[in-house]
Amino acid sequence: MFEALSDKLKKVLKDLRGQGRLTEAHIDSAMREIRIALLEADVNYKVVKSLVDRLKAKAVGEEVVGSLSPAQQVIKLVYDELVDVLGGTSTQLLFTKRIPNVVMIVGLQGSGKTTTTGKLAKMLAEQQKRCPLLVSVDVYRPAARQQLALIGQSIGMPVFDVPGVDSPLELARQAVRECQLVGYDTLLLDTAGRLHVDEELMIELQQLKQETLPSEILFIADAMTGQDAVRSAQEFHEKVGITGVILTKMEGDARGGAALSVKEVTGQPIKFIGVGERYDAIEPFYPDRIAQRILGMGDVLSLIEKVQSEVDEEKAEELRQKIARDRFSLEDFRDQLRQVKRMGSFDKLMDMLPSGLFGGMRVTPEQMGEMERKLKFTEAIINSMTLKEREDHSILNASRRKRIANGSGTTVQDVNAMVREYVEMRKMMRMMTAGGLGSLMGGLGGKLGAGLAGGMGFGGRRKATKRRKKKKKK
Amino acid sequence: MAFWKRKQQEIISLGLNRAATPEEERIVREEAEGSDDQARFYDRFKKAVSSTRENLAGRIDSIFAGKRELDADVLDHLEEALIGADIGVQTSLEIIDSARQQIERKQLNDVDELKKLIKSELRGILEGAARSRKAGTVASESEVPLEIRPYVMMIVGVNGVGKTTTIGKLAHRIKSEGNQVMVCAADTFRAAANDQLAIWAERSGVPLIQQKPGTDPSAVLFDALAAARARNIDVLIVDTAGRLHTKANLMQELEKMRRVAGREVAGAPHEVLLIIDAVTGQNGLEQARQFTRAVPITGLVLTKLDGTAKGGIVIAIAKELNVPIRYVGIGEQMNDLVEFSPEAYIDGLFG
Repeated sequence: MFEALSDKLKKVLKDLRGQGRLTEAHIDSAMREIRIALLEADVNYKVVKSLVDRLKAKAVGEEVVGSLSPAQQVIKLVYDELVDVLGGTSTQLLFTKRIPNVVMIVGLQGSGKTTTTGKLAKMLAEQQKRCPLLVSVDVYRPAARQQLALIGQSIGMPVFDVPGVDSPLELARQAVRECQLVGYDTLLLDTAGRLHVDEELMIELQQLKQETLPSEILFIADAMTGQDAVRSAQEFHEKVGITGVILTKMEGDARGGAALSVKEVTGQPIKFIGVGERYDAIEPFYPDRIAQRILGMGDVLSLIEKVQSEVDEEKAEELRQKIARDRFSLEDFRDQLRQVKRMGSFDKLMDMLPSGLFGGMRVTPEQMGEMERKLKFTEAIINSMTLKEREDHSILNASRRKRIANGSGTTVQDVNAMVREYVEMRKMMRMMTAGGLGSLMGGLGGKLGAGLAGGMGFGGRRKATKRRKKKKKK
Repeated sequence: MAFWKRKQQEIISLGLNRAATPEEERIVREEAEGSDDQARFYDRFKKAVSSTRENLAGRIDSIFAGKRELDADVLDHLEEALIGADIGVQTSLEIIDSARQQIERKQLNDVDELKKLIKSELRGILEGAARSRKAGTVASESEVPLEIRPYVMMIVGVNGVGKTTTIGKLAHRIKSEGNQVMVCAADTFRAAANDQLAIWAERSGVPLIQQKPGTDPSAVLFDALAAARARNIDVLIVDTAGRLHTKANLMQELEKMRRVAGREVAGAPHEVLLIIDAVTGQNGLEQARQFTRAVPITGLVLTKLDGTAKGGIVIAIAKELNVPIRYVGIGEQMNDLVEFSPEAYIDGLFG
């Protein structure tokens, strides 16, 4: 998508070269493309409109800086603006000395309130040393209270419930009392989800707010929401007054334009994002990353951070030496595999990359699973070798191969194929030693996963240097 | 017109010792089919959709207010209105482009004609998708021979769109027309999913087949199919865990369920319904694409239509994948599931 947008912009701004300044005509046609890109990411059309107007005003007359192409420059302008809009005050939850601090969770049906309540409790207990109690006042949806009770069980957090009490207000009141009696400092209040046009629910939420005086009211928004995100967020904010937003289901492929809409109409910061079904799948919100995602640029920055934190420079240098001397053993190969694996699951890594990185080709989840499986088998095969075999693969005769296959739960053919690939890779690596670590990883992955992992190593590196340059300029 | 068009038996017992006279039979049947009900549902459906008129039709009217001439401004606003209804950027642009061409060729002269054109374009998309279903690519209950039982419906979708609630309503409506319905709780992942479904099943009085949380959903399905056959059930509705379409392993799980169903009952699952939440944006298209790759979807159910969002994305989905919209959810009561009608939907959108 990013490639598509930047390609379009390049086309639109092609004749700009030599003029040195962005003219209004250029901006107009560029903004058209940007507008469509934003709309496709589900940013509300009104928000898009005001954004585009602001951008226009900023862009006209802007000097075209030498090293950036006009297209790049326009994208940078849009990107900076998005980061600006999305950014906000602290993404931490604010707590006072009151006992208990009440955190109210509100949102539409099916946005993920109950799951998020569980995630928040776990996070607050583990990272902020809070002592939370959970309570569900959703007396409407069948089994909503059981759901929270089960979640509490699996994360080991206390859940308050009084069977037979069917008044949300009464439940909340008793839960607050329980906190004061037992000494829980935080009460997480999971409220009923309903459509925002529902007056009754809004009144109920207002009453709950008056009763419990929450320090935070968090609005849960589904990342897949379309144009309606604005309306529901606005409604909840006007009626109840939210203090922050949590964006859920971000592990999917929705571009999350709803984030921009919600932030723009409520002015409240997006504090966390939900990234999976496990109860630790909650992360702080980074405006720059979401801006990239909305523009379809992928989360390049996070990936670079990951690669940098996982790749030990010293080891890499040692490796380079070994390759140069043709001493890259299977043992080293396994080290490399493990380093790739440490960076996380493949689909997580791929998620962070711009979709255009592989020449517009989309990597399907199946391909990704295939690659991961292959990595696992390869490691198992190497694990089943003796140290001697790992140092010198040429001693691998038929009976050794048979033993290895048995030991790793593969077949002799698998072992043969793996050794063949390793030999070929060694050859390739020797040719590329001048290329540095990036190309090293490139070669490695290239052999493993039909060039996919290769692209990963390469791309990450290349983007990294580009970004560093950009930073210096600032 | 009845909700469910695949009656197993038409035996009407009036609790009399003699057979019913044709006249008695007619009265009873009409009552059972509830022709009044149907009209009421149609009205409620239209009303649910038309609450958006404040934003779509209302906006369109205000765009056109006081204007006779069609200029670029009108088209721009119209484009915004369509996109604002989540109809999809691509689809909206195409409709606007075709309008623009017709205006240039002087085939469209005033606002009313423009409005009519857009309505007929949208209707064309929805009805086209419904027609392609009749061509045999996709099943509906009336097309599956009665000897094949149970009729298996699989309900799929991402998290939080209203699968379980839809199943509760579906079970209730099909059962209330005299069919034997069974529900299979194959959402063994989400906390308390079984409990939620059990409550719905109890309300509508249909048997529920379930197992311990964490069981392989295909195993639950296998059991349910066996139980359905043993108890001579007409319709088996299968609940599945909500899953994001980007999770390859979960999509494989669905594929496995489809294989298991197909092995046990010819042609099963006969229907695979993808549930789409009316607030869903452009991502809905990607959901439909990915789900269809694992288990070919035969229809859509649009839920939560009683809010302000109208689920325009189903138009884009119908257009690209030729999948008809079968049912819509318009409230939280047992009866709040009605058959989709392109006409009512579009009329509701435009007034």
